[in-house]
Amino acid sequence: MKITEKDVTYVADLANLELSAEERVHMVRDLNSILGYIDRLNELDTSNVEPMAQVSDRYGVDESKQGSERFAYATREDISEGLRKSLPQQVALENAPDSDGTFFRVPKVIER
Amino acid sequence: MIPDSLTIDSVRSSIQERTTTALALAEAHYARIQKEDGEIGAYLTLCKERALEQADRIDRMAAEGKPLPPLAGVPVAIKDVMSTCGVRTTAGSKSLAHYIPPYDCTAVAHMEAAGAVVLGKTNCDEFAMGSSNENSAFKPVRNPRDLSRVPGGSSGGSAAAVAADMAVVALGSDTGGSIRQPASFCGVVGLMPTYGRVSRYGLIAFASSLDHIGPLTRTVKDAAIVLRTIAGRDPVDSTSADVPVPDYVAELKKPIRGLKLGIAKEYFSDGLDDEVRHSVESAIDKVKSLGCELAPVSLPHTPYSIPTYYLIATAEASSNLARYDGVRYSYRAPGVKSLSEMYRRSRDEGFGAEVKRRIMLGTYALSAGYYDAYYLKAQKVRTLLTRDFEEAFRKVDAIVTPTSPTAAFRLGEKSNDPLAMYLADIYTVTADLAGIPGISIPCGETKEKLPIGLQILGKHFDESTILRVANAYEKAA
Repeated sequence: MKITEKDVTYVADLANLELSAEERVHMVRDLNSILGYIDRLNELDTSNVEPMAQVSDRYGVDESKQGSERFAYATREDISEGLRKSLPQQVALENAPDSDGTFFRVPKVIER
Repeated sequence: MIPDSLTIDSVRSSIQERTTTALALAEAHYARIQKEDGEIGAYLTLCKERALEQADRIDRMAAEGKPLPPLAGVPVAIKDVMSTCGVRTTAGSKSLAHYIPPYDCTAVAHMEAAGAVVLGKTNCDEFAMGSSNENSAFKPVRNPRDLSRVPGGSSGGSAAAVAADMAVVALGSDTGGSIRQPASFCGVVGLMPTYGRVSRYGLIAFASSLDHIGPLTRTVKDAAIVLRTIAGRDPVDSTSADVPVPDYVAELKKPIRGLKLGIAKEYFSDGLDDEVRHSVESAIDKVKSLGCELAPVSLPHTPYSIPTYYLIATAEASSNLARYDGVRYSYRAPGVKSLSEMYRRSRDEGFGAEVKRRIMLGTYALSAGYYDAYYLKAQKVRTLLTRDFEEAFRKVDAIVTPTSPTAAFRLGEKSNDPLAMYLADIYTVTADLAGIPGISIPCGETKEKLPIGLQILGKHFDESTILRVANAYEKAA
């Protein structure tokens, strides 16, 4: 067993999840099963292999250019309105579970 | 007009010639949805007002004798992970059950600008995470060919809508096979374009280095028309590529004689159903008889694709889904007393089991002490998987494989075994990891009349070749 219930509690905490007692039991079982399968990656020697974070590192860019120059097309001027106008405040608040019409409202953050 | 087996061109020309109207066609589709979709469950939300308004616009153009745009009056379904301004967009999740986007996804805007009539939003696995559509928070989708079976996932609603004549074409999204696998299960065409080919602006993010938008259609030509409509650089999606868009429809006319097609033995190994194998091999023989040359290719790292995919996709998902905090637009649990409790309980109640499982796996893979062993390792193997394709494409123009190891399975068959479900994606995930395009087209049926899909994989930004081969096969089959 790679993952214990203690690990699940720790990771749930990082991910801002609570998980019920029953969910934790299932999570331990499922994650161990998946990680057991994932272990086959260790059969491969990758010591001299570059990691690939993005497909566009390799494709769709001008090969004659280097580094960030290759993605120059993806940049734009830093102007206040950007490419799209910002949403009006009213519209931005419309989907909020709670707001006072000016701000999003949340439970108290600082305990007194 | 009965919606059976319409195509983009047949719709457009019958509206242009005024043998029908866009309005009548939209109404006929809604009638069909009303009648059929109670059993199938393909749609989550209908947007009749928006659809009829657009249909009326097209009909007025036709009445004035103006030339109609390419998708004029075509009833389309949009997977519910693409934002539609003013129309509820849920991503199949309770956490977005009441979310109404204030803007349109670029791909949807392109479709409507080309005259398409958006009928509604289709059901999918929650946040596009699943291979059977059983992970929708609202209801499962049933396969129109056999209601006891899944339609595939995660774009199951889009595939079922097209298969059951409840839309002429649909948009879906593909992160590990979510367009091609449901297309294969439902007997329709599904195209995943090259990474960066189509803007993802307005697509609800699952795994940003893997997410693609693409069409599900009845014919290869329709897939080419839709791709031509939605492809191209979008200034508001910095990952959309600045690569010229060919006229994919014109490209279909080029001959396929002399093209070299690769056969990879890794895609025909243990676990491939005999009936699927037989159909796919017959399809390959057919393509050969049309003048293509077959050549063996090796993709030796294929057995490592599922573990690589499930580390990278879940790591990215754990980060992308952090935004569902119950503050700005997602579900908030009632009666919470502190900010921390609000985050936890809102996410606990808003997300389903599979989404939580993936967030947990991804967070674990990125956490201190495990990053190198899991996430970094997976990124390195992603390089190896991509090199396999690069090597193969030095020798061949496209690679032909089965889309899925089996035909559609039964509802409930794999839903208690996440790993078994993940293995349903074994032939599709590698293309997402490498960023290459792939198409699934129907290539026969099992004895139980379940559709089987043939997958054709191509080089980066070379959708033209796979569409050409698919079109030639479709015409000859």
